[in-house]
Amino acid sequence: MNNLIILPILIPLITGVILIFFSKKILAQRWISAISSILTIIAAVLLVNHVYKNGIQTMDVSNWEAPYGITLVSDMLSALLVLTTSVIALAALFYSFKSIGIEREKFYYYPVVNFLLVGVNGAFTTGDIFNLFVFFEVMLMSSYVLMVLGGTKIQLRESIKYILVNVISSALFVIAVAYLYSVVGTLNMAHISVRISEIGNAGIITIIAVLFLIVFGLKGAIFPLYFWLPGSYYAPPAPIMALFGALLTKVGVYSITRTYTLFFYHDAGYTHQLLQILAIMTIIAGVIGAIAYLDIKKIIIYNIIVAVGVILFGVSVLTQESLTGSIFYLIHDMNIKAALFLLVGIIIRITGTSDLDKISGLLHRYPGLGWTFFIAALALAGIPPLSGFAGKLMIVRAGFEVESYVGAGIVLMSSLLVLFSVMKIFIKGFWGAPRAYKGEEDAPVKWLLFGPALLTAFAVLYGVGTEAIYPVISMAAETLANPEIYINAVLKE
Amino acid sequence: MEILMAILIGILFMTATYLMLSKSLLRIIIGTGLLSHGAHLLLLTMGSLKRGAAPLLGEHAEAYVDPLPQALILTAIVISFGVTAFFLVLAYRAYQELGTDNMDRLRGKEGHE
Repeated sequence: MNNLIILPILIPLITGVILIFFSKKILAQRWISAISSILTIIAAVLLVNHVYKNGIQTMDVSNWEAPYGITLVSDMLSALLVLTTSVIALAALFYSFKSIGIEREKFYYYPVVNFLLVGVNGAFTTGDIFNLFVFFEVMLMSSYVLMVLGGTKIQLRESIKYILVNVISSALFVIAVAYLYSVVGTLNMAHISVRISEIGNAGIITIIAVLFLIVFGLKGAIFPLYFWLPGSYYAPPAPIMALFGALLTKVGVYSITRTYTLFFYHDAGYTHQLLQILAIMTIIAGVIGAIAYLDIKKIIIYNIIVAVGVILFGVSVLTQESLTGSIFYLIHDMNIKAALFLLVGIIIRITGTSDLDKISGLLHRYPGLGWTFFIAALALAGIPPLSGFAGKLMIVRAGFEVESYVGAGIVLMSSLLVLFSVMKIFIKGFWGAPRAYKGEEDAPVKWLLFGPALLTAFAVLYGVGTEAIYPVISMAAETLANPEIYINAVLKE
Repeated sequence: MEILMAILIGILFMTATYLMLSKSLLRIIIGTGLLSHGAHLLLLTMGSLKRGAAPLLGEHAEAYVDPLPQALILTAIVISFGVTAFFLVLAYRAYQELGTDNMDRLRGKEGHE
């Protein structure tokens, strides 16, 4: 029993509620949301430290003992993801202060961002499958508002499709939970795992596993369910895009990871093989998109899909090493995607366009922006010693160990093509003859650069300090590889 | 009883799918409403249909009903109510701004506003 777990959910919730009352006082909104965001980071750091020292922490809400009540569970993976989320939120908020526009700020931008964080942190922390659905909905509801806030034509058009896809996947989620409940008769995730092991390898469990894969795959954008993502994420402004790209799809990926390591590991020959094939196809589809487009937003958006594939490939291999690699890569990717989206946002703010053909020579006048982008791009592709390297190395090595050469080879190849896709932005956008752009003088580049530079610095530290971080990450992977640890911590047997 | 429910749920899902495949935005929204109704009924059926007293110890009954599916449905109904309301308002606003509710014309081309 530990109340620290609920703080990263509670702080944004209370902040969001308070901010609704000051919707027209923008300065107060900024200050309060920045302070609450820093408080959340502190709580998350304490939580990670606590979990590292004392193992998995649980909290039975209203003192209803597990498995009867809703339990919040913070293992190392959850705690780390909550911490990453809070850091990204701070960076995106700082970026928003000078870019999102007074009109959006007046219309509940900050409260809604806080509610989004409630949903994301809650989804990472909960230990109850139906509660996961509820936190998903909290997160999605906020994301609908953020996506449509501002009401431009493209936002309205894409929001309709985004909501439709998510309503359908939510209905499927309810259906999947209904099936699971009828088979195992419980909703507590640890208890479900126990019951499924008692049933063993039954056909119905495999069906439910695939149904969950469809539900979370729609949210996490795996092949062939990623079709909605490039259009929808294209519509909102940069900080919102960063929050979506870094957090929302990763919640889907986290849920797949959690369910496929805790519940559905009995028929790995079928379910994890399926996951592996889909992960490989996801990488291929993402890479094709990333190479094909000459639009900087589209390139980074397709890189989200590539990363989802790489992480899920590691999960599908299901060894301790591959899971460690996946967690390494998951945290790296959340961090670096947020940085890249914010950097792309700055480029669009300066040039007024996202078309690469109309951009050139930015390095001349904005060297800070250029080199930050360069480091972030290298980190994305996984050039040592930056942050993407360690995770990918472990995933590929684990892939070779279980003799899935095709998948591991494609992960390797994809790094090369990802590097090509982002270097394309650097070469075409930052090199060449400088141009003058309309409205670039009043772009607060230095202020905007603070958030992404912070995240890029994290990426460098995360890469260089791999050796120091390794025990923390491997602790997270150990819980995933051995479900008993999780079960014992929750049910206290 | 379960078979009857299964048929009913099947009809709801079928109608929902048909409506969601049409072009008119309003029909699509009604389709999502029916889809969630189907899902909720499925949740109820999956918790097994039986007669029994409310699950309170003081009742001293022969059989009790399982309260959990009902709690889940209540939550899910509230959520789908909220989402449908939002979706309807969004559809109306989009119709005002874009001048159409035909999904074919909401396709949108690359890089266009």
